[in-house]
Amino acid sequence: MKPTDIRDPDYFHKVVDCQWACPAHTPVPEYIRLIAAGRYDDAYMVNWKSNIFPGILGRTCDRPCEPACRRGRVDEEPVAICRLKRVAADNKGDVHRLMPQGPFASNGKRVAIVGAGPAGLGVARDLVPAGYQVTVFDSAPKGGGFIRSQIPKFRLPDSVIDEEVGYITDLGVETRYNSYISSLKGLMDDGYDAVFVASGAPRGRELDVPGRQDSAANIHIGIDWLSSVSFGHITSIGKRVIVLGGGNTAMDCCRSARRLGGTEVKVIVRSGFEEMKASPWEKEDAIHEDIPIINFLVPKEVIHKHGKIVGMSFDKVEATYDEKGRRSLIPTGAIVQYACDDVLVAIGQENAFPWIEQDIGIAFDRWGMPKVDPVTFQSTNPKVFFGGDAAFGPKNIIWAVSNAHQAAISIDRFCQGQDINDRPPPGVTLASQKMGIHEWSYDNDVSIDLRFKVPHRDKEVSLVDIKTEVELGFDQVLGFKEAQRCLNCDVQTVFAPKLCIECDACVDICPVDCITFTEDGEEAELRGRLNAPADNISQDIYVSDGLKTGRIMAKDEDVCLHCGLCAERCPTGAWDMQRFLLDMAQVNPVPAKVEALA
Amino acid sequence: MTFLPKPKLHHPKLAENGLGFTRRDYEGSISTLCAGCGHDSISAAIIHACFELDLPPHRIAKLSGIGCSSKTPTYFLGNSHGFNSVHGRMPSVLTGANLANRDLIYLGVSGDGDSASIGFGQFAHSIRRGVNMTYIVENNGVYGLTKGQFSATADKGAKSKKGVANNDEAIDLVAVALQLGATYVGRSFSGDKAQLIPLIKGALAHKGAAFIDCLSPCVTFNNHEGSTKSFDYVREHNAAVNFLDVIEGREEITADYPAGSVEIVRQHDGSLLKLRKLANDYDATDRIAAMNFLQQHHARGEIVTGLLYVDGESGDMHDLLGTAQHPLNGMNDDMLCPGSAALEKLNASLR
Ligand SMILES: Cc1cc2nc3c(=O)[nH]c(=O)nc-3n(C[C@H](O)[C@H](O)[C@H](O)COP(=O)(O)OP(=O)(O)OC[C@H]3O[C@@H](n4cnc5c(N)ncnc54)[C@H](O)[C@@H]3O)c2cc1C
Ligand SMILES: Cc1ncc(C[n+]2csc(CCOP(=O)(O)OP(=O)(O)O)c2C)c(N)n1
Ligand code: SF4
Ligand code: SF4
Ligand code: SF4
Ligand SMILES: [Mg+2]
Repeated sequence: MKPTDIRDPDYFHKVVDCQWACPAHTPVPEYIRLIAAGRYDDAYMVNWKSNIFPGILGRTCDRPCEPACRRGRVDEEPVAICRLKRVAADNKGDVHRLMPQGPFASNGKRVAIVGAGPAGLGVARDLVPAGYQVTVFDSAPKGGGFIRSQIPKFRLPDSVIDEEVGYITDLGVETRYNSYISSLKGLMDDGYDAVFVASGAPRGRELDVPGRQDSAANIHIGIDWLSSVSFGHITSIGKRVIVLGGGNTAMDCCRSARRLGGTEVKVIVRSGFEEMKASPWEKEDAIHEDIPIINFLVPKEVIHKHGKIVGMSFDKVEATYDEKGRRSLIPTGAIVQYACDDVLVAIGQENAFPWIEQDIGIAFDRWGMPKVDPVTFQSTNPKVFFGGDAAFGPKNIIWAVSNAHQAAISIDRFCQGQDINDRPPPGVTLASQKMGIHEWSYDNDVSIDLRFKVPHRDKEVSLVDIKTEVELGFDQVLGFKEAQRCLNCDVQTVFAPKLCIECDACVDICPVDCITFTEDGEEAELRGRLNAPADNISQDIYVSDGLKTGRIMAKDEDVCLHCGLCAERCPTGAWDMQRFLLDMAQVNPVPAKVEALA
Repeated sequence: MTFLPKPKLHHPKLAENGLGFTRRDYEGSISTLCAGCGHDSISAAIIHACFELDLPPHRIAKLSGIGCSSKTPTYFLGNSHGFNSVHGRMPSVLTGANLANRDLIYLGVSGDGDSASIGFGQFAHSIRRGVNMTYIVENNGVYGLTKGQFSATADKGAKSKKGVANNDEAIDLVAVALQLGATYVGRSFSGDKAQLIPLIKGALAHKGAAFIDCLSPCVTFNNHEGSTKSFDYVREHNAAVNFLDVIEGREEITADYPAGSVEIVRQHDGSLLKLRKLANDYDATDRIAAMNFLQQHHARGEIVTGLLYVDGESGDMHDLLGTAQHPLNGMNDDMLCPGSAALEKLNASLR
């Protein structure tokens, strides 16, 4: 096999599974260690720099990092990475002082941003400290986008949004709320150097069944209804509520309905329970609030009497799979009916750009989506960039943030006349953690605690008021214990073949049988004859030659606990534990005052 | 300085043996030997061997003397019986324990100082009595625990870490064991588990005195230029005569091997030892030839390793003494004291 090139930043980055999986590449283990050390301000700032909304994401992130977490492969469940962010946010002091302090010297360039959601605010945060004059337009009365209008307050209180949106606007962003942009052409005529479109995916998909129009007063489009609830325009709903759809919007609808007077709320889904789009924890929370989820029912008709809704009927279906494993839902012939007072339709979300003219050089594909470069986020009009849900359809906050950083880099390079396809590399440091023979500057003792549960407020209390937050968050003690479950995957095992005397000490001590000294071979064959089966091919084998006996050292990164015992046992220091810190490139990197974890 | 225990978390695909144990269940507490010590690799090999043989940990007794090597039983088989004797006395304690309870599996672990100096006589007598045991000497050519003085297995001319040559003739424990009638004799190297693990398995399955001399570099006091027990020296001078597979159960060997390339030895317990020959014409069942071979190669400066001698028909001390099948420690008063009538009968037979 080809010896591993550990100078390629991607190699060790991939080993930090959570950071690699995080769309914004947040240095997760770094902030988790800071939490364990009680350094909440610093932990917050590590997050703030990468993902901009630690308090918001610590409650709402889709957490692609957690399924990736190495802990999940050696233990029952991954580290509660997401909820640890909230520990940093809840316990920090004044972090304002650690953020870039304006006013910033102007570089004379003006950028307009349409939409004050995470994508729009993200670009503003990155550009303002670099001297750009940034104006953000939003039709809503406050900043936050869907974070503010869609996510129910019992999951995310307004105070957290106000605080974190405030950190950005305080940098010196010009905000124009209550300002709907009805013409992009008009906006561009104002002479901006660049425009960033972050208008989201604002249209809820319609329900198209007989009886829909006759009962219009009691059938609501989920995202419109949720935003009316958020802004206080809607404060009640009927007792019996049917929620259609199996995604996170449906979960937010049903749980909101439970708080606004719905006593018999049920979720009805076409697909099976497992295939539902909602995250497992969202489904769990709904079920916990006595909301049944009924699967394999396809809406057939809205039943109404005297212009008033009575209930809905559904075709019962069953899933069948063809030889390619493709699913189809076949009607069983049975029809099921449920009585209801209101229906919430949460069956999907779409993009809509009625305000973007056809003749301003912005090409759309046949699904009505703008043609956007997936790396630079530039549209076919070089001055116009897209990001977040507006670029590639509905996703989530952390993707919007990640898009924002990349789009900001592009806008900066574009405004400075540089090639936007030339992407700046990440900053990488690799530093030994050795302090003494059995001493490391990180805590290498591996906790065997199972994942801790985030405490919830009692249902009796939280169901009464829609603004009462359900999750209480980890306190400092639980936060510490959960933080200790992190394996410190960023503290890398670095091998120096010249020092190795092939004594086998590392092989013998390794608790998960990662290390093998063996004859060289092709990867597929080699994987089969290591000390433990290396059949997770998404994980690399660290290969080193240059040993005296002519054998190779092959380490399967898959389930390494980063316990450092190999390095403690090595008589010659051929193994060393080195902390790998990868900072994604950003525009004029904000000089956040984070001291490295000593 | 703290020694963290090895984390309990293990590889998700960690195998179980016939008893439902994983290899990790055969571990002991964390080693406090120097990092890189060959002895730790031998401990790992013992763990592998016991796991692979499905040995019930509570049926194993591990005994040792004094020395770094003799400390190692703490670091493996944490659920087995153990006895740490005074310096050089392991063989006698083991012999006594075996007399009292012949049903346990005995594993004696010793060092070259423990067995070739202070305990030389004890070593010799346990071998010549044919005690049913596996006797492993972790041979580093020095007294590691007392900071590296030459031991009696140090080769003549070998240099100490300070550069002083050893002028005394070395004791070759393998040669002595062969001469004293050990029925299973092997030599191996801590840095070669592929060779060592099967050798230990074969010894554990062997009935009678099984002796393994395992070269085990002392990284702190005897791994320098001029040492003949260093990793580099042993690797360069290793002359393996065969490669052993231990085949449990009575499964037949069906593969065809070129004539003379493989030797099969059936041991007393039914296990088959399959020896792939590396040195042509080496016959591991011929004791005298083995002794000659050893001397010839020693003269050439080679370290002969592998399964050097095995007697498939071997017996043990209990056979020689004709003791009862039932272990002595399990006999009740009636069995131990058959009464005056029996005594009368015995006395009469002697008159
Ligand atoms: C019910 C629901 C719950 C969700 N829960 C989560 C969650 O828990 N976690 C998560 O990660 N994601 C969640 N999401 C998804 C997440 O909210 C979005 O992916 C994310 O907000 C997209 O960010 P964005 O900046 O691209 O757009 P948005 O947040 O949608 O912001 C777009 C903004 O642009 C404004 N706008 C649009 N057009 C114009 C115009 N022409 N002129 C002026 N302003 C305009 C809109 O008013 C809006 O404020 C949820 C979505 C929904 C619908
Ligand atoms: C009766 C007695 N004499 C001397 C000693 C000192 N002593 C302790 S260990 C040792 C030598 C051990 O050498 P070896 O058996 O080769 O073990 P190693 O440490 O090399 O593994 C000696 C002489 C002792 N403990 N007891
Ligand atoms: S253990 Fe910690 S660092 Fe490792 S993948 Fe999980 S969260 Fe990330
Ligand atoms: S850090 Fe070293 S000893 Fe620990 S699991 Fe990883 S390879 Fe094994
Ligand atoms: S412990 Fe160190 S010297 Fe020994 S084999 Fe491992 S890397 Fe090489
Ligand atoms: Mg010794």
